[in-house]
Amino acid sequence: MGQLIAANDLVKAFPASRRMADVLRGHRPVLRAVNGVSLAVGAGQALGIVGESGCGKTTTARLLLRLEEPTSGSVVFEGQDVTALRGAALLPFRSRVQLVFQNPFDALNPRFTIRRSLTEPLRNFGLPAQERHARILEAMARVRLDPPEAYLDRHPHELSGGQLQRVVLARALVTHPRAIIADEPVSMLDVSVRAGVLNVLRRARDELQLAAIYISHDLALIRYVCEEVAVMYLGRIVESGPTAEVIASAAHPYTRALVAAVPVPRVDQDRGDLPIRGGLPDQLNQPSGCAFRDRCPLAFARCTEEAPPLRAIAPGRHAACHLA
Amino acid sequence: MPGASAVPRRPLPGALRASFGFLRSQPFAIAGLAIYLLFIVMAIFADQIATHDPREILFRGAYRVARYLPPSATHYLGTTAGGRDVFSQLVHGSRSALQVGVTAAFFVVVIGTLLGLLSGYLGGWVDKVIMRISDIILGLPFLPFVLVISALTRPGTTTLVASVALMLWPNTARVIRSQVLSLRERGWVEAARVTGCSTPRIIFVHIAPQVAPLAALYGSIAVGWAILTEASASFLGFGDPAAISWGLMLQDAFANQALSRGVWSWFVPPGLCIVLLVLAGFLVSRGSEKLLFPKLGD
Repeated sequence: MGQLIAANDLVKAFPASRRMADVLRGHRPVLRAVNGVSLAVGAGQALGIVGESGCGKTTTARLLLRLEEPTSGSVVFEGQDVTALRGAALLPFRSRVQLVFQNPFDALNPRFTIRRSLTEPLRNFGLPAQERHARILEAMARVRLDPPEAYLDRHPHELSGGQLQRVVLARALVTHPRAIIADEPVSMLDVSVRAGVLNVLRRARDELQLAAIYISHDLALIRYVCEEVAVMYLGRIVESGPTAEVIASAAHPYTRALVAAVPVPRVDQDRGDLPIRGGLPDQLNQPSGCAFRDRCPLAFARCTEEAPPLRAIAPGRHAACHLA
Repeated sequence: MPGASAVPRRPLPGALRASFGFLRSQPFAIAGLAIYLLFIVMAIFADQIATHDPREILFRGAYRVARYLPPSATHYLGTTAGGRDVFSQLVHGSRSALQVGVTAAFFVVVIGTLLGLLSGYLGGWVDKVIMRISDIILGLPFLPFVLVISALTRPGTTTLVASVALMLWPNTARVIRSQVLSLRERGWVEAARVTGCSTPRIIFVHIAPQVAPLAALYGSIAVGWAILTEASASFLGFGDPAAISWGLMLQDAFANQALSRGVWSWFVPPGLCIVLLVLAGFLVSRGSEKLLFPKLGD
């Protein structure tokens, strides 16, 4: 996979709240939201990151966007390590890597007109004033907001969720980015407009040869838009590979559980119990060995002692399980 | 908001109409604004409204100072022990009251909002330093501190305004800070970072307009506080001795035993004016409270 944007062994540890006992013992507990994540996406490719709430998907996205400082590890964009860049030095990277937000109702400044929200990035990245309007029209056309004049002078509260998400997408595309990170891009939208927004995203990715990273808890969505998928559990990638293969023959028991949890359109269809039990363990006191073992139906003695590394199990496929 | 949806492409008239509609449902705020307006008119046209020069010592016949005259057609509120016209002093007193109130409120709002924005958005050591300073100031007794400052420096309006601003900004800063803490987690603030906005731009272009109504609320409270403080300090003899203010009128009346002489027309009006103007500030803030926190109820 060619690398347009890549993460190398990213770790993000947040200081956790200290209990009295921690203070007395001088402990400073940390919560490793992201614990050694490496991934890479090439131009024109789409990677899905899937996992349940609290597994570190969003933190990974924020690290890739340089909105959060990694505790260790690096972010590489177009061959350049951007981890240490700050302030003005970060601007070229900012204009090249854009974000599509989960909540379109919260992603646009409520006091700004759509035009102002779209002009803002162009202004910040130093595009001459006379070229801005053409850029905005181009982005509006790309997200199929037609005619643009009907939207540009409105405020966010006058638009619907689907329209807002297209505006958010237009704002991301208006800077001519090379990579787009979409954090749950449609989870807040009505089901009826989801496909429209996803198609606009996918078409933009194809036409502009963008590297795309989709963050979602929804494996069905990932399958719809991503060729590659990475499954995260407690801050680690536990399985990755081509989406179709991973779904068809999941190697990690957690992936199997995720696949089994995808809703089916027939309500009367009998569905067995999920193959895993319980919820996420206390992130401050993770189990020894494999982080997944206390929920895993297949756990055996070795899982307690030894954490399985992420290793190649087939061409292009990786899994972190002793049984894979 | 019916006004906003009816006029989508011209937000200002819509917003104006909405705020007028809102005002109509807020009798408290209207009463407060009306009182403000009354005193503003009084201050602007003081020279026309006043019947006499407030500093002029009036005489009755030859060499007889016109002291303690009862209210009459020429002296609406009578005269002082020094033979000056109470009504004219009252009218001119509105000038210094508003001057002190508005300038002090201006500085309170500017300092408090600025420090609140920086503290809330930047966090870290900036936040710690600003909040510890504000803790110290909040711990100081308000009026005694103002009096000490006035006593140590040249007494006068400038000193008063400065010390009121110095004492009152922490309240504003704390409230603005907490508002900023919640605003900075909003998606569009993150979006501003992703789209390359500098930190000053995020603070002043994106966040500041959102906290402006709250800052205005604290400004209107500060107006009342500043006027009260000025009156208190003047009454205690720490004001500008050359100014004509309600506090000084009260002090004059007190020093000349107006109370035991029963010269009500001398000391009741300035007291009433102070109460009214301070009350107006609280009425307005009560109204804007409804605007800012519509779900709070009564």
